[in-house]
Amino acid sequence: MNNIERLQALQTRITEVAGSAIQSTEIEFGELTIDLTDDSLHDVCRKLLSGENFAFDTLIDVCAVDYLHYRQEAGEKWDKPRFAVVYHLLSTSRNQRLRVRVFVEESSPVVDSVIDIWSSANWFEREAFDLFGILFKGHPDLRRILTDYGFVGHPFRKDFPLSGHVEMCYDEEKGRVIYQPVSIEPRVLVPRVIREEGYGA
Amino acid sequence: MPEIRNYTMNFGPQHPAAHGVLRLVLELDGEVIQRADPHIGLLHRATEKLAESKPYNQSIGYMDRLDYVSMMSNEHAYVLAIEKMLGVEVPLRAQYIRVMFDEITRILNHLLWLGTHGLDIGAMTMFLYCFREREDLMDIYEAVSGARLHATYYRPGGVYRDLPDRMSQYEPSKWHDQKAVDRMNENRQGSLLDFIWDFTERFPAHVDEYETLLTDNRIWKQRTVDIGIVSPERARNLGFTGPMLRASGIEWDLRKKQPYEVYDRLDFDIPVGTHGDNYDRYLVRIEEFRQSNRIIRQCVEWLRNNHGAVMVEDHKIVPPKRESMKHDMEALIHHFKLFTEGFCVPQGQAYAAVEHPKGEFGIYLVSDGANKPYRLKIRAPGFAHLSAMDEMSNGHMLADVVAIIGTLDIVFGEIDR
Repeated sequence: MNNIERLQALQTRITEVAGSAIQSTEIEFGELTIDLTDDSLHDVCRKLLSGENFAFDTLIDVCAVDYLHYRQEAGEKWDKPRFAVVYHLLSTSRNQRLRVRVFVEESSPVVDSVIDIWSSANWFEREAFDLFGILFKGHPDLRRILTDYGFVGHPFRKDFPLSGHVEMCYDEEKGRVIYQPVSIEPRVLVPRVIREEGYGA
Repeated sequence: MPEIRNYTMNFGPQHPAAHGVLRLVLELDGEVIQRADPHIGLLHRATEKLAESKPYNQSIGYMDRLDYVSMMSNEHAYVLAIEKMLGVEVPLRAQYIRVMFDEITRILNHLLWLGTHGLDIGAMTMFLYCFREREDLMDIYEAVSGARLHATYYRPGGVYRDLPDRMSQYEPSKWHDQKAVDRMNENRQGSLLDFIWDFTERFPAHVDEYETLLTDNRIWKQRTVDIGIVSPERARNLGFTGPMLRASGIEWDLRKKQPYEVYDRLDFDIPVGTHGDNYDRYLVRIEEFRQSNRIIRQCVEWLRNNHGAVMVEDHKIVPPKRESMKHDMEALIHHFKLFTEGFCVPQGQAYAAVEHPKGEFGIYLVSDGANKPYRLKIRAPGFAHLSAMDEMSNGHMLADVVAIIGTLDIVFGEIDR
């Protein structure tokens, strides 16, 4: 069986096991993505770890994606929830990869933590919380991880400016480091464009 | 009875054994670690967000600066992700060049790891030995890209240019007279491939030197054997990859299991540990020196006998030659479009991973069809390894913390991103 056939077999097996929890599945660039509903994530993940035909023993990565400006330049509007949490799973025993995606609403960005299934989720979930403000229910220690102590906001959201809100400098008079509003103007060197397929060919 | 309380101690961020800017908050019971809480992010530069604001090609340089001791491997994952989405087939010669430089990078990385890990736990000589060999390897980097560290050599569609026919040579100065310079230039008379070949001839003997100093050394074994044991089940659950996972006894290597480029045509072995402690991780990495050396030799032999293009010819992705730009209108347009706007990548999402010297280094790319990534997520192996710090150091002595940090092979450029 080649890679695509193995993925299709996996796709059918997951659809059998998870059933109504699956919103959609897709094979793209030789990778399988399944979109789950947010309340079923934990149950399905447990099956993906312990199920004999799955055995996804390693959680390679967890990250969040903010779809706020997705295809904005093409004049399209994103009709799904704003955030997605993406899990990359790997089975070392069966040598297969799987991507699981869960969409979460901006108004309540909460998903269940999978830390009790894969310990490696610990820091990845902290990072997604820090950078995107996604809350992971059941995470024992959901602190900021990459940004500074006392940082305000979630910097990887699309509505957070690249240059940030505050800058830091040493104040001679006060004799300490202070924060002040940023003095640099945001600038775009290369504009973002979406060209149609076969542009210029 | 006086009240006995745990002692909380701060370690770093400015500590030579913290390998950069790691701050550890350690909770101690006497000299035994109860809890280790790494505070990271002191080197956070928001690489992923910066990449969202730049055309694809302009972010290759950022990739070098992630794990700044294995530069080209980072680039490799990034260009693989882009090529996957563009559907580009890279010329065979470029694939061999990439594999060769990946392995050179692996040796570079492991040399730095061995030197600093040795220095941390009392083997000063290792540092000097390892940096002696690193010098030659960085000259190879320089010969091919012009930069000793941040090469920006891999491009979507191949590599920036072919290997040079001539190796740069030393010139006499007030520190080195003609005689000394002649001796230093002895192995630089031929092409770059000759110089690499000469290195691979010498290198196994150097690895033997390291092993003579360390492998049966009583002090080295006392500091590493049975320290930081991770069972195979835990290693997988903690997201370990690369030498960290292999030392725990799991034979997992992307170069063998999910081969990319030309790894399936090359002959090499995967070293696997049995015990999962610091000493096994040391032995695995030492064996990787020898295996990488083997791969480099096979690549050099192939590259000597086979010539051809090192970049695809598609000028929608790769800029045309500068000379042709001067007289060909089409080339001028392509050149202008590529450098002012870049190329657009089809809509979708893709994940590409390479066997980085530290583990699985992956790039998750979400594109909405624009000339810049919509979202770029860097999966850094060191991030998962360092998150296991608490579990690995629990119950060990304070001095072992340094040995465990060393064995994790962490570099803050990739952890903080």
